[in-house]
Amino acid sequence: MYSEKVMDHFANPRNVGEIEGANAVGEVGNAKCGDIMKIYMDIEDDIIKDVKFKTFGCGAAIATSSMATEMVKGKTVKEALELTNKAVMEALDGLPPEKIHCSVLAEEAIRSAIEDYNKRKGIESEDSSGCGFCCKKCYKNED
Amino acid sequence: MIDFMEHNIYLDNNATTRLSEEVLEAMLPYFCNNYGNASSRFYKIGRDAQDAVAEARSKVASCLGAKPNEIYFTGSGCEADNWALKGIAFANKGKGNHIITSSIEHHAVLNTCKWLEKQGFDVTYLPVDSEGRVSPESVESAINENTVLISIMTVNNEIGTIQPIKEISEIAKSHKILFHTDAVQAVGHMPVNVSELGVDLLSLSGHKFHGPKGVGALYIRNGVKIDNLIHGGGQERGKRAATENVAYIVGLAKALEIACRDLDKNTKWCSRLQKKLIDGIEERIPYCILNGPRENRSSSNVNFSFRYIEGESILMLLDMNGIAASSGSACASGSLDPSHVLLAIGLPHEIAHGSLRLSVSNETTEEDIDYVLEVLPQIVQRLRDMSPLYEKIAHGKE
Repeated sequence: MYSEKVMDHFANPRNVGEIEGANAVGEVGNAKCGDIMKIYMDIEDDIIKDVKFKTFGCGAAIATSSMATEMVKGKTVKEALELTNKAVMEALDGLPPEKIHCSVLAEEAIRSAIEDYNKRKGIESEDSSGCGFCCKKCYKNED
Repeated sequence: MIDFMEHNIYLDNNATTRLSEEVLEAMLPYFCNNYGNASSRFYKIGRDAQDAVAEARSKVASCLGAKPNEIYFTGSGCEADNWALKGIAFANKGKGNHIITSSIEHHAVLNTCKWLEKQGFDVTYLPVDSEGRVSPESVESAINENTVLISIMTVNNEIGTIQPIKEISEIAKSHKILFHTDAVQAVGHMPVNVSELGVDLLSLSGHKFHGPKGVGALYIRNGVKIDNLIHGGGQERGKRAATENVAYIVGLAKALEIACRDLDKNTKWCSRLQKKLIDGIEERIPYCILNGPRENRSSSNVNFSFRYIEGESILMLLDMNGIAASSGSACASGSLDPSHVLLAIGLPHEIAHGSLRLSVSNETTEEDIDYVLEVLPQIVQRLRDMSPLYEKIAHGKE
């Protein structure tokens, strides 16, 4: 059901943990839906020096968190904001249709952390944090 | 932390069981040698097939305390449930259109009821208590003048709750209402006697007790009027068309014969492993909740929720360690919501998502359980260390 890459990122997730004194923290999803992603970043001069995650969720939720953090590590804030769920999915060699929302959640989690960073710096940004459509709407979108 | 030694431990026996060699041996002659059609009486291999089906019917009947002509073979437990509900509903359309069932039935019953609602029937889905038990009083108070059928499962497939079938059947009888029980998880695992239980219809499935998949049976008490589900030839005394699946029918009967013969021994063994598993998990893993009752529980079933983590990831890590199990989490089932059974016993979504069902059989060993008790706590801890919900606990804030 899962690709080898998903299995690898699930079995050996990269960047698990918290960053003490992180200057960007974002959390999306909710426990009712079965997945929550929390991203910690250490951003210096608009460059993501370090990134870690904590995820409550299924195999795909853990694998997409791992892959998304890998993809934004060392990138500029601007580059990280360009990360799409599609790119995360492609990097994982695909996800089963019912797990696409996990990749959306990963994209949202990265954004949410960067929004937190901007907020701390006093920069207004469009509020896009949080999985805006929880599970049900997401499924609807696929129909 | 996890050792990848070769293990092959099957703890999903409520999903299906391994076909026993003895059963396979009994089935084999009916594929290539005695391949006759059981309805073809005028030559030997036809009669042999007919005799084999008749013998199988007698065996199943004697295991259930029924008469042979009250046993009808079907293509599955699911078909038996569909037939019982649709057949009784339509046969009694003139009398009434109300059916009573519970909110924790298998989907074979629940989705059949939903379909019947679309056909104009009214269905009451009774709630259950926190252990998954249907109260006989609630059955009685749901009865109205239009009630034609009550259908309550004998044993719940997810959390192992044994229902008060006898009490409910007495209520049904006193109101002259037919009573069906889905006994798919009970037959072969506990004493099931149709006259002691007082049921009018009972469904069972071969593959839950080391028989083959794709064959089941419906007990229909003599005198009960039921419409056909499958129309066609005159097989099963005109009640269920289709050429008899001789080898599978023989397999089901053989498996049930063995299960009934070894019932005491097997339930004692399973109860022992069940207790070991429950005690071991509660001893080793904090923040866990046993789903279902401690008493009056099927000896094969263990179901826990582990807080702060999600079931599918538990299953995946168990699988990587050679252990097969199942979960009621939404992700594991591929649906939007976690198990309807876990929600019906009052678990909040987030705790239902973290559920794990481990189901043993007479083939499970003590060593299997020891290994699970060694591996599972590590898996749970590993996932909790990754979980943002566990952070507060880990930091001593809760």
